[in-house]
Amino acid sequence: MMASSYNAKEEDGQLSGAGGSGGVGAAKSKKPDNTAFKQQRLPAWQPILTAGTVLPAFFVIGLVFIPIGIGLFVTSNNIKEFEIDYTGIDPARPCYNCSQTLTWNSTKSCVCKVPFTLEQSFESEVFMYYGLSNFYQNHRRYVKSRDDSQLNGDATRLTSPSKECEPYRTSDGKPIAPCGAIANSLFNDTLTLYYINPNGTESLVPLQKKGIAWWTDKNVKFRNPGGNNLNNITAVFHGTSKPVNWQKAVYELDTDPENNGFINEDFIVWMRTAALPTFRKLYRLIEKKNNMIPTLQRGNYTLEITYNYPVRRFDGRKRMILSTISWMGGKNPFLGIAYITVGSVCFFLGVVLLIVHHKYGNRNNSAEIPN
Amino acid sequence: MDCSLLRSLINRYCAGEENWVDSRTIYIGHREPPSGTDAYIPQRYPDNRIVSSKYTFWNFVPKNLFEQFRRIANFYFLIIFLVQLIIDTPTSPVTSGLPLFFVITVTAVKQGYEDWLRHKADNAVNQCPVHIIQHGKVVRKQSRKLRVGDIVLVKEDETFPCDLIFLSSSREDGTCFVTTASLDGESSHKTYFAVQDTKAFHTEQEVDTINATIECEQPQSDLYKFVGRINIYQGQDEPIARPLGSENLLLRGATLKNTEHIFAVVIYTGMETKMALNYQSKSQKRSAVEKSMNTYLIVYLCILISKAVINTAMKYVWQSDPNRDEPFYNQKTDSERQRNTLLKVITDFLAFMVLFNYIIPVSMYVTVEMQKFLGSYFITWDDDMFDSELGEGAVVNTSDLNEELGQIEYVFTDKTGTLTENSMEFIECCVDGHVYVPDAICNGQILTGTVGMDMIDSSPGAGGQEREELFFRALCLCHTVQVKEEESVDGIKKGLQPCGKSSSVYISSSPDEVALVEGMKRLGFTYLRLKDNHMEILNRDDDIERFELMEVLTFDSVRRRMSVIVKSSTGEYYLFCKGADSSIFPRVIKGKVDQVRARVEHNAVEGLRTLCVAYKTLAQDEYESVCKQLNTAKLALNDRDKKLAEAFDVIERDLILLGATAVEDRLQDKAADTIESLHKAGMKVWVLTGDKMETAAATCYACRLFHRNTQILELTTKRTEEQSLHDALFDLSKTVLRHCGSLTRDTLSGLSHDVPDYGLIIDGATLSSVMKPTEEGSSGNYKEIFLEICRNCSAVLCCRMAPLQKAQIVKMIKTSKEHPITLAIGDGANDVSMILEAHVGIGIMGKEGRQAARNSDYAIPKFKHLKKMLLVHGHYYYIRISELVQYFFYKNVCFIFPQFLYQFFCGFSQQPLYDTAYLTLYNISFTSLPILLYSLIEQHVNMDILKRDPSLYRDIAKNSLLRWRIFIYWTLLGLFDAVVFFFGAYFLFDNTSFTSNGQMFGNWTFGTLVFTVMVFTVTLKLALDTQYWTWINHFVIWGSLLFYVVFSLLWGGIIWPFLNYQRMYYVFMQMLSSGPAWLGIILLITISLIPDLLKKVICRQLWPTSAERIQAKRQCLSVEPSTIFMLSQTSSNISF
Repeated sequence: MMASSYNAKEEDGQLSGAGGSGGVGAAKSKKPDNTAFKQQRLPAWQPILTAGTVLPAFFVIGLVFIPIGIGLFVTSNNIKEFEIDYTGIDPARPCYNCSQTLTWNSTKSCVCKVPFTLEQSFESEVFMYYGLSNFYQNHRRYVKSRDDSQLNGDATRLTSPSKECEPYRTSDGKPIAPCGAIANSLFNDTLTLYYINPNGTESLVPLQKKGIAWWTDKNVKFRNPGGNNLNNITAVFHGTSKPVNWQKAVYELDTDPENNGFINEDFIVWMRTAALPTFRKLYRLIEKKNNMIPTLQRGNYTLEITYNYPVRRFDGRKRMILSTISWMGGKNPFLGIAYITVGSVCFFLGVVLLIVHHKYGNRNNSAEIPN
Repeated sequence: MDCSLLRSLINRYCAGEENWVDSRTIYIGHREPPSGTDAYIPQRYPDNRIVSSKYTFWNFVPKNLFEQFRRIANFYFLIIFLVQLIIDTPTSPVTSGLPLFFVITVTAVKQGYEDWLRHKADNAVNQCPVHIIQHGKVVRKQSRKLRVGDIVLVKEDETFPCDLIFLSSSREDGTCFVTTASLDGESSHKTYFAVQDTKAFHTEQEVDTINATIECEQPQSDLYKFVGRINIYQGQDEPIARPLGSENLLLRGATLKNTEHIFAVVIYTGMETKMALNYQSKSQKRSAVEKSMNTYLIVYLCILISKAVINTAMKYVWQSDPNRDEPFYNQKTDSERQRNTLLKVITDFLAFMVLFNYIIPVSMYVTVEMQKFLGSYFITWDDDMFDSELGEGAVVNTSDLNEELGQIEYVFTDKTGTLTENSMEFIECCVDGHVYVPDAICNGQILTGTVGMDMIDSSPGAGGQEREELFFRALCLCHTVQVKEEESVDGIKKGLQPCGKSSSVYISSSPDEVALVEGMKRLGFTYLRLKDNHMEILNRDDDIERFELMEVLTFDSVRRRMSVIVKSSTGEYYLFCKGADSSIFPRVIKGKVDQVRARVEHNAVEGLRTLCVAYKTLAQDEYESVCKQLNTAKLALNDRDKKLAEAFDVIERDLILLGATAVEDRLQDKAADTIESLHKAGMKVWVLTGDKMETAAATCYACRLFHRNTQILELTTKRTEEQSLHDALFDLSKTVLRHCGSLTRDTLSGLSHDVPDYGLIIDGATLSSVMKPTEEGSSGNYKEIFLEICRNCSAVLCCRMAPLQKAQIVKMIKTSKEHPITLAIGDGANDVSMILEAHVGIGIMGKEGRQAARNSDYAIPKFKHLKKMLLVHGHYYYIRISELVQYFFYKNVCFIFPQFLYQFFCGFSQQPLYDTAYLTLYNISFTSLPILLYSLIEQHVNMDILKRDPSLYRDIAKNSLLRWRIFIYWTLLGLFDAVVFFFGAYFLFDNTSFTSNGQMFGNWTFGTLVFTVMVFTVTLKLALDTQYWTWINHFVIWGSLLFYVVFSLLWGGIIWPFLNYQRMYYVFMQMLSSGPAWLGIILLITISLIPDLLKKVICRQLWPTSAERIQAKRQCLSVEPSTIFMLSQTSSNISF
């Protein structure tokens, strides 16, 4: 691109020379400035990566990474996690019937109960997740099928949603709120947890449904049209239609006005599309009541599922996960192992380099520089 | 013999073109000739408007866009952009449209501005006033309104508005002086001659009465060639026809000097002037780096296409299950469902192409162009290449070839003016074997007017005395020197008149002639002036002798001699001829040839330039026949050069040898040192000169091209006379190959430096027979053998070269099977052809004008500057640009490969991994500045070391940093890093939360994590490669990382009202609020960097390059003075 301009400049010079200046006029001293930058002599630090200089770095990496890795690994191992698949593919499983009969547009809900046993008690706060497998929330058609302006409370978008929401944009001639494939496929199984007391009676484990979504999402990114604290939320959504797969409208998601409409936390969590086809999403929190009793005691539990969400057609799986959380999040041994491995490799490489350095280093330094 | 052969060859070549040239007839002053002459063929001529601008106001936008999109890269990006606009693609059209728009706009604005400047210059030129003669009066007109046939009045110091035929001058003798500085840079004054029969018309009225027509060829671009005829009608007589040559043609752009005014008639106007015809831009040269870059681009294009094909195929395999293709939660719209399958496949393919198109980034082109453009300033800024005498530094005419300077394998250099100073000094002359040396020479200036002679031989007899004076007179008469009688003359200035009269200076386009005439002055014969066609000489007795100048048979490089025919006051006709010995001796029939030849050879060995002088007397009738021959030749419209050459050949025959002269041409400052450095750097240096063998060989020894232990192989006419060319060639190749064999043996035994190297001397005649295709078709054979010999010679000297042959040699080497990179350096117009032919052409701002500098790619003031140009600048540019190219490919593999991998996890749905802003800005801002800066100021080894140790240049020979091996290494490194980024993030995200509040991250966090690791890794990788950390590097590298962080915080920190999605809202901050994300980022960066670091360290330790050894050595000397110096500089000189 620039090359062509050079030619242009040249012609230009010739022409103006011809124009009468005579070409000999501008005999100014064109002596270049003698600055360090222009002479390429800026003071500079010239590090050279030799075995000698890199060696300490490898040892340091090794020495730092291995303890971190061990720390991470131990932390991860201390996290208690319990996972149960309740899809009901196997006829022996409790939810088999529900999974067989259910289609995505059936109105009747099906309830099943899955018993399980916790071998260990969960001492600290417990996080309850639902997990889906083989569910492509990261499919492009799916990811873009939403209208962030509508979800942010934009009144005009409420009545005329973005084109991206097709084919979940209108139903029966009325705009869908919230529009789009993501909202339409909101996970709508209801999970309840019962602790089976040693005496055989069931007691409901209290599940906290606030605090599962990002604070910024709940308070800034998602807003009901006309403000969040509106009491007559039904009126706001007047003239819109519920997503076709939903059993109830968006303003009926919860009775709590703080958790209803677009700012329903279950909804917000679902709207953050997962990165991979196997994912889990935070469903409920189980708070620690007092320090004496563990949050979830060792023993038998029953998971009661209102089975609404069909996954069988696309070979999906549904799971329920109970997990404690450390400062580094949930159970993930990868980071710890990786740190230990990298640290050891670095240490090993450091040793190799040390040998190389000692064996060959002197040779090079004393070697004649050929001219 | 050889020359005529070549000439006929050239003529045959050009004949077709010349025959085509159709003539034009011009009526001076638009006056119809008397009836009865040839029918008037009206021709339309353009007006005198010069249009150098490319665009007009109206066509700028379409034409400029068209020009820009003709570039293949721009076109590719345009296609991508259009695809994005048309089909539903994963990334918004903005991501590729914005950079493209930016690039196109910047280029368009720049070109528009330049064109505007050109328009302004055009207007200034086209509207400048000129004086034309109408009805006997002087009328002012705008230059652009001039028409062919107008008579123009040009005053002193005015520029000629178009190409003119010189009719008459205010000077009595009908001459005028012209400087063509703005045409070819030669600032010396040249004499032009008015047409003989019109030079008497001195006033407007008289000029207006001229009744004549001019027939001339149609315009052609050769500045020095013009053929025409003027027919002057006087009354009813037959018209008088006169030949017109380039000495009558005043070119547009030249300036009238030292002449009050002239009258001339317009023959070529506007875009048909020779100056305008010379505008054609030079053919674009491309560097080796650019070629490898284009190859890599094709590789990447293949990678891109195969990625898209793989993904498209996988997508349809994966989608074959309708539950995957269209699960209940993610249904298609009706229009999508109804789309034709083939169309869908094509759309998907294109969408994948668009998704991965960043692997070939627009910004690479921009960065490379910027690097070349900005980097070339370091050459112009270089203080070491500034010549205080000339007041000029190096000039970069094209920055496209910067890195090619680091790749030179063959250097072709001119001798005169390049290796030598081209400031001539008369040393001695030899008449019939008697040697005369003018005394008291000091730096080319005569100290006093005393005339002294030092006769080595015994004083000649009476006849000798006569011969001696004839010789001196011959030298005083046989030249084209002008006398300038004032002091303020630019150009070649030499020798003051000793006689106490007005000071005068000799001016000539050839410094040899000036030296000779001055030498004669010191020997007692002073050339005074040319007056009324009489040359005046002041002889030893202070008497003025007058000779009438009858004819000048001008010098040309093919004939290599010139002659004058003069008539002495006693009425005798003499022909004096002066020229190279090889062109004089064969034509001599009398004289002491052997003594002179011995002396000439002796002088040539000393490195002096020798000329021989001969004469013959002509009888009246002989003279007349000569005149007739010359006139017919001059009058010929077609093939005039050929006919003239034939006439000269006939006339300059049967001469009597008078003697010879010797002129010294001193070596340029540090020429020997430069040549030696180039040799050490592994370059082969060839000297191509028009000089004769002995002189050239002596210069070569003096500048250490040949050493004492160099074994010289000769391939000259002399030798080929003894044995056939075939045998000579085979002999030489046998010698060389034996040497070659011994070389390999000795290298094995480690004794290679004891082997003497070979130097080859070849002359023009032999060369042309080597290259000449013979009927047996064995020419290829000869050429191959010759090339084989050359390959094994460290130095080659080609003497007796015609300019065209210089270019042929360069071309021959250039196209030989290794395709070496060649550099040609020269200072004169005769070097232009090879400068244009070679990969890199370097012009020296010399004394023979600026033509070479103007046609070159780089111009330097002195030959010695070549050393720094190649060894330092060339080396740096090469290192810098090769890293730039490799790094760009690397970072885009890192960038795009994770996207490719992600397709396997998102159902091949073309879901981009990164946000649009990241996709757009990755190459534009996050990772662009560090590499640009690196490619501008990186220095792996100090400048002084590079200069001191030329062998470092061999490190980078043969495009070594852009070899496939290295390219593949970088690509694999990119792939490895990309895999680390992607799967590192994948396992980190593996179905778990990694915040302490248990909340989950989505796909955008995943992409941002990969992206963050990538930006840091890619930037730190460059930091590892940087070996020259100035504060600017620190600023840019850490600054761009900081910019990335700040940008991400900002981009995610606000609900952007103009966006219809808010997917990045708080994603970056949420990610940073999680501990494992930090740990993961650090871990992945470490893993990505370790292999490269390890490779670097191990390679350096086990297989160090010589540059690395030098670095290590420097490191070892812990307290090196330069380090201390540098430190002190750091503290004292913080600002730059």
